[in-house]
Amino acid sequence: MAKHGYLKEFTKGIVKENPVLCLVLGTCPTLAVTTSASNAIGMGVAATAVLICSNAVISALRKVIPDKVRIPAYITIIAGFVTIVQMLVKAFAPAINDSLGIFLPLIVVNCIILGRAEMFAGKNPVLPSILDGLGMGVGFTAALLCMGIIRELLGSGSVFGVQLLPFKILIFILPPGGFFVFGMLIMLANKLNTRAGREVKTTPCDGCPMAANCSQKAEKCGEKEAAEHVD
Amino acid sequence: MLIKSLVAVFLAAILTENYVLCKFLGICPFLGVSKKLNTAFGMSVAVTFVMVLATAVTFPIYTYVLVPAGIEYLQTVLFILIIAGLVQLVEIILKKYIPSLYKSLGIYLPLITTNCAVLGVTMLVLQKVDSTTLYDYTYLHALINAFGAGIGFMVAMVMFAGVRGRLESADIPKSLKGLPITLVSAALTALSFLGFAGVVDKLIPLS
Repeated sequence: MAKHGYLKEFTKGIVKENPVLCLVLGTCPTLAVTTSASNAIGMGVAATAVLICSNAVISALRKVIPDKVRIPAYITIIAGFVTIVQMLVKAFAPAINDSLGIFLPLIVVNCIILGRAEMFAGKNPVLPSILDGLGMGVGFTAALLCMGIIRELLGSGSVFGVQLLPFKILIFILPPGGFFVFGMLIMLANKLNTRAGREVKTTPCDGCPMAANCSQKAEKCGEKEAAEHVD
Repeated sequence: MLIKSLVAVFLAAILTENYVLCKFLGICPFLGVSKKLNTAFGMSVAVTFVMVLATAVTFPIYTYVLVPAGIEYLQTVLFILIIAGLVQLVEIILKKYIPSLYKSLGIYLPLITTNCAVLGVTMLVLQKVDSTTLYDYTYLHALINAFGAGIGFMVAMVMFAGVRGRLESADIPKSLKGLPITLVSAALTALSFLGFAGVVDKLIPLS
């Protein structure tokens, strides 16, 4: 693979195949932890670390893991790294541990990570897999940060704890605000994608890690108009 | 007192602590499988079943194995493996002995392993054991909580399937079509659940 090929593995996750806004994966943490910009960064970095490590290991073991038990094997590898990250965060950034709460261990079922393992790391050599993980992680963090900044600015009038607005619209840091801001961002991403002449992904099963053993596939993925995805 | 606290736990899990609309767990199936009422219902039944089963297994393992041995940090790895194994087991048993049930629920089972609501229920309940002070949070409370969480998931799914049914015939701006309008309507559904805040404490005063 040429040099620009490696670069492409890295950059595709940030814009063209942004895991949150284009592939619509990992919606739960995206909605739950983006009540402030610093939470968003914490979650993004933790998930990126897990993503890079699990991609590297899974791709190194791709010829050893039998095809039939690959999903349980991937989950075990991912869970191992999540535990390590959890312990590191608890030791060095206890404040982030408190604010992320349950969503830190739940990185294990974040479909971006299993999705990249299934789609990319299980089929490609180690170096591209690491770059793919890094790119996807940065894309995830960027989308989270984007949502975090919007929600914190409108919901508590501040960004990274610095007060900027004299008013606050509390609803934006409550659950409904999360859904609303996420909907608006996806609308924007769809619009930009259409304008750039790129096809908007309407069959979500492209990025879904469970697509291979999803028996609803025929029924669901035949429908073109709705961009939806099953965890 | 016991019955009262059980009812409080059950109602709280459905209304004030709704896993989908208040805690953002299990959003993917909430958005993905809520298009038709019958699939939404089937998915919720399967999720409820696995939630109760998973809590029934993980809660004693955590309290009687992990805590005495001082290896609580293995929680994440162990719980996800237990849930994955349980889902497989249930699938095999249903396929073999109750094929009619397998036909209606079986298709949702593989999707449940990576459903964060199931893992979330088993983990959050352990935090409640430490933080509940008004009464003893027992195994029974944990099971009722899991059942309530499943029913709460069902309420959210069925409600949302109704909302989406109305969207089908609505005239939606082009760029909002598909996921964006679904998320906006999810926001409005979540808004309605905000109204339940505090209702359980007022209905069933425990102190």
